[in-house]
Amino acid sequence: MENTIIKTVNLTKTYQVGEIDVPALKAVNITIGKGEFVAIMGASGSGKSTLMNLIGCLDMPTSGDYFLDGVNTSKLTKNEYANIRNQKIGFVFQGFNLLPRTTALENVELPLMYDRLDKIKNPIKQAKQALDKVGLADRMHHIPSQLSGGQQQRVALARALVNEPAIILADEPTGNLDSKTSVEVFSLFQKLNNEGITIVMVTHERDFAAFAKRIIEMRDGKVIKDSPIKDRLDAEAELKKINEEAIIAE
Amino acid sequence: MQAKIILKVATKSIMKSRMRSLLTALGIIIGVAAVVVMVAIGDGAQRNVEKSIASLGTNLIIVTPGTSTSGGVRGGAGTFNRFTMDDVDKIKNEATLIKGVSPLVRSGGQIIGGTGNWFTQIQGVSPDYLDIREWPLQSGEFFTDRDVMARSKVCILGMDVKKNLFPNDDPIGQQIRIRNTPFKVIGVLSEKGQSSVGTSNDDVILAPSKTVLDRLSGGRFISSIQVSAITTDKIAAAQAELRNIMRESHKLVQGEDDDFTIRDQSDLSEAATETSRILTILLASVAGVSLVVGGIGIMNIMLVSVTERTREIGIRLSVGARASDILVQFLTEAIVLSLSGGVIGVALSFLIAYILNTYTDQSAFIKPQIIMIAFGFAGAIGIFFGFYPARKASGLNPIDALRYE
Ligand SMILES: Nc1ncnc2c1ncn2[C@@H]1O[C@H](COP(=O)(O)OP(=O)(O)O)[C@@H](O)[C@H]1O
Ligand SMILES: [Mg+2]
Repeated sequence: MENTIIKTVNLTKTYQVGEIDVPALKAVNITIGKGEFVAIMGASGSGKSTLMNLIGCLDMPTSGDYFLDGVNTSKLTKNEYANIRNQKIGFVFQGFNLLPRTTALENVELPLMYDRLDKIKNPIKQAKQALDKVGLADRMHHIPSQLSGGQQQRVALARALVNEPAIILADEPTGNLDSKTSVEVFSLFQKLNNEGITIVMVTHERDFAAFAKRIIEMRDGKVIKDSPIKDRLDAEAELKKINEEAIIAE
Repeated sequence: MQAKIILKVATKSIMKSRMRSLLTALGIIIGVAAVVVMVAIGDGAQRNVEKSIASLGTNLIIVTPGTSTSGGVRGGAGTFNRFTMDDVDKIKNEATLIKGVSPLVRSGGQIIGGTGNWFTQIQGVSPDYLDIREWPLQSGEFFTDRDVMARSKVCILGMDVKKNLFPNDDPIGQQIRIRNTPFKVIGVLSEKGQSSVGTSNDDVILAPSKTVLDRLSGGRFISSIQVSAITTDKIAAAQAELRNIMRESHKLVQGEDDDFTIRDQSDLSEAATETSRILTILLASVAGVSLVVGGIGIMNIMLVSVTERTREIGIRLSVGARASDILVQFLTEAIVLSLSGGVIGVALSFLIAYILNTYTDQSAFIKPQIIMIAFGFAGAIGIFFGFYPARKASGLNPIDALRYE
């Protein structure tokens, strides 16, 4: 596939806890093309986060290869890994992982500080635009503790976006959010995907997976099912529905 | 990252954790100030002692009767145990390594003159005495060898005596009565200050040695002979020479013990600095303890924040920071904190030293080396423990740093 951006070949990760080997990922082969929107599902402990961390270059595999944009990452140095994280990937964590006591704007600017290529000429403007994109332009100078969970996750998403990455990776991005806020976040994802960004996300709920275009299901560190989504949901429309229901309920 | 951004990130980070930064800096401030002030007090006391020893005259050698080895005065030595003018003359004529020699005849008594009376000590000396003690006259002139031979009734007043008897007038040319004997004041000594035992050097009257011997001390003997070596590095040789001359003068045979004791300034200062040395050791230990306590405080604060900081490092790594970016940031932070803490600590110690010197009897003297040591030590602690989480965490995978508990 000429269009391929992510390709794993027998990707394997085994954690060592003391003397015991914990196999978390067993020879996983997946290929994801540019512009795809993939939802990864599976029971807790099935290796979803492990896979995401490897794809996001936050961790290194025990064996196997990971090709990102045609480059075999297992041959790269730590600094080149850092560059990939900075330039190509935007990562959204379940627990937000924002710097405490630091404003939304400064949090979003963070990746630009480590932008060695100076891809972005005006970091502050860029960070403001990213915040605007997630609808938080008016919360720029708030610190995380002054923001709701959904707002914090949107700040994290703005931070993931700010470097104009090719891929956004999100590990249970709505795991800590209520369903309405979750749908809001997914609507942002859909918007970004429509603009051409590749998105891979982990989610627990099949309802939310329906916002993606493709589902990969995992069990015991292996991919057990990989299928396109037939009845894809539009998050914007769902959001409207939820709002209407709320009005009726009152 | 450019230096400007590094510094900005570091300062921001310091400002974000104001409490942690303040406590860290406080540890360094107190550590540095405590060490500097404590040692400064010790050094101040030491310097006072040294100054008072130096006020004796730097090349001074003192010969006193009696032996120090057999515990004071030797029983059978009889008259040889005392010094006479013959001893002084023999030294004067034969010694080659000395600049001056003077007997010291001690007496004391009531002085009447000027505005009232005053009880003080009278020292009979020779004209060399001023030079031996490195003690210039403030006004007037000193007596001469001829005055000594003629047993002239002239005297020189110490500053304390002058202030008490002639607070407003010039005493030179005036008559005073020392134990009812009239003396003419011909000079006034400059102020010398405290002696090593804490009494005033200036509470004294100097008169020709033979005058004091014959007219005031009633045939008493010379209590010591004061000598100055020609140079400081000849003090030891001059002592050896003096010993030979004195043994000859006292006709001591081979194998017989000295019936006199020769000491120089280093012997005197040894005894006098003993107390101030104990003080210095005591103060230095207290200072050392506060430095250690300050260090442990810094350590504590830094280690407690390791979890938070490790997560911060994980976040930075996950958005593309390199290990070196993290190290540089944390090192900069630690240096900025330690440096400002150190500077404030030194400033504080100067302030305390100033207050001590100005408003109390305690003198404090700050040596540059102590600043360097205290600064260096506190700085090293601050930098090491500020840098420690970074060193540990920057090598981790971002995900491990994020997970750190
Ligand atoms: N840092 C780790 N050390 C040891 N074992 C781990 C670690 N992270 C995950 N695991 C184990 O690897 C397996 C997969 O974990 P994970 O990828 O987090 O699953 P999921 O995200 O699907 O819940 C689990 O059995 C988990 O216990
Ligand atoms: Mg997980």
